[in-house]
Amino acid sequence: MPSTRRRPVVDVALQGVAAEISERSDRADVIQRLRRGDVAFRWMTRLAAVLVLVILGGIIVALVRGSWPALRHFGLNFLVQESWNPVTNKFGALAPVYGTILTSLIAMLIAVPCGLLIAIFLTELCPMWLRRPIGVAIELLAGIPSIIYGIWGLFVLAPFLQQHVQPFIIDLFGNIPVLSDLFAGPPYGIGVLTAGLILAIMVLPFITSISRDVFDAVPPVLKEAAYGLGCTTWEVWRYVVLPFTRVGVIGGVMLGLGRALGETMAVTFVIGNAHRISPSLFAPGTTISATIANEFTEAVGDLYTSSLIALGLILFVITFIVLAAARLMLMRLNARVGR
Amino acid sequence: MALYDKRRRRNKIAMGLSLTATLFGLAWLVLILGVLLWEGFSGLSLAVFTQMTPPPGSAGGLLNPIMGSLIMTAIAVAIGTPLGILAGTYMAEYGRHDKLTEVVRFINDILLSAPSIVIGLFIYEVMVAQMGHFSGWAGAVALAVIVVPVVVRTTEDMLILVPDTLREAAASIGLPRSLMIRKIAYRAARAGMVTGVLLAVARVSGETAPLLFTALNNQFWSLNLNAPVASLPVVIYQFALSPYSDWQKLAWTGALIITLAVLALSIIARTLAAQGKSS
Repeated sequence: MPSTRRRPVVDVALQGVAAEISERSDRADVIQRLRRGDVAFRWMTRLAAVLVLVILGGIIVALVRGSWPALRHFGLNFLVQESWNPVTNKFGALAPVYGTILTSLIAMLIAVPCGLLIAIFLTELCPMWLRRPIGVAIELLAGIPSIIYGIWGLFVLAPFLQQHVQPFIIDLFGNIPVLSDLFAGPPYGIGVLTAGLILAIMVLPFITSISRDVFDAVPPVLKEAAYGLGCTTWEVWRYVVLPFTRVGVIGGVMLGLGRALGETMAVTFVIGNAHRISPSLFAPGTTISATIANEFTEAVGDLYTSSLIALGLILFVITFIVLAAARLMLMRLNARVGR
Repeated sequence: MALYDKRRRRNKIAMGLSLTATLFGLAWLVLILGVLLWEGFSGLSLAVFTQMTPPPGSAGGLLNPIMGSLIMTAIAVAIGTPLGILAGTYMAEYGRHDKLTEVVRFINDILLSAPSIVIGLFIYEVMVAQMGHFSGWAGAVALAVIVVPVVVRTTEDMLILVPDTLREAAASIGLPRSLMIRKIAYRAARAGMVTGVLLAVARVSGETAPLLFTALNNQFWSLNLNAPVASLPVVIYQFALSPYSDWQKLAWTGALIITLAVLALSIIARTLAAQGKSS
């Protein structure tokens, strides 16, 4: 063979297929074949990448198509109407949307400060040998399926709140004007506040692990400089770490918010599924996802099904905006840290 | 001196709070796992794995939902993994800096945390409504849609970690690019990619919402994927909300089984990833 320098191409490339090709094959043929395989593989990967976009497009098209009858029938009124009545075929999204936003808000009010504080602990205070175990524990908490939170909330948290916490709060705030409305009514155990609490527990690990990663990305020089000036740990975090990572923290918080908004099972168990807007946090309510989970298989009639899909569309649009904003912010932080 | 004291006091308070928050967070983990172990273990017996779901008031097990979950998860992984790996390969190997990759990465990250119930609705629209009945296939495809983004993400991350010198070495001896990817890059990133698949399995095995109106539920033994198929999470959901105490008991046991499976998977995944990093 004159061209020994090309030998490795064939030898290495064809380790596995050598037997099949054997001597009789012309070298040019082999290279042709390799080239074709190369192109084919490239196109397969490209198609798979495009498929991700197709999935998103498919979700949007399917939801819009499914919700079309309801949207055409109710128009924009769908968004502002409170009544949800399968008997008279009147459907409005206001109560579930309100419930979704309220429960997520409660969850964020609890989980954000907690998550940030835990992240501070993990990055500044915690002894080195404890960091990994606690970090892993918190990530395990994030891995527990949401149905477990739901069943736990239903059988453990709700009865506990009903017997021990809610009567106490109702008594405590009973005579204070605004608070008495906020915490009014019989202690059911299940309700908007309980759902918010469960969501908070679910979202906490997400916020913690993202903020921890984000805090860890701060160049040590900056922190060391601040410590060198005599700053306390709190001051270092407040005036060096936080300003540096603000975008990332907000991104992490919004990622958590996206989870809370779309969470289904944990909420469905403890929200009480009542289609009304009540000023009291102890009253049962509903969220978009809980409504769909509860009623979809039992929905009779096109308009009912279609209204439920329209709820799904609203949920998807809301979470899409929140998650997109979150990702953009995290990307901005990463660009700044130079990763 | 007053200012100094004030700063120190503020620092103490903040650090105290952060310690409290950590204990608070860990307390939930202990509480949830504790109750789960307590309630779940008392119901755990051989019958759980060998008998069908019972009608209310009689004894039974969780065999059909466990089988259903295993089958649907297996199909979901079988569909989702190759697609995810191919897409991740494109993003890390071919189009690392092109526009398509940027867009796909962004959309993939959104799909990663999109509400799973919406994915259920999507599959309901494209499969269940078209075929006219609920089916195990629809459930498996819904789960596959959840598997894809997880695998895409880890595959891309892991392939990017493979040193370019390996690729250059392969290219310099004339290895075609597709073979370089399959024989060199995949091999170098194998531990990480397996981790991704395991994490996807963990994620999918606890998913309830997308199965509610795709695979529905089935009281009986059925391996027919063209009919409704029972799955562990859906059975837990149904049993926990029922008024019957023996059903609730089974729900706890099922919850324990899922949690242990998920925790085991994620611990295995983590150790694999750690090994991959150190080698």
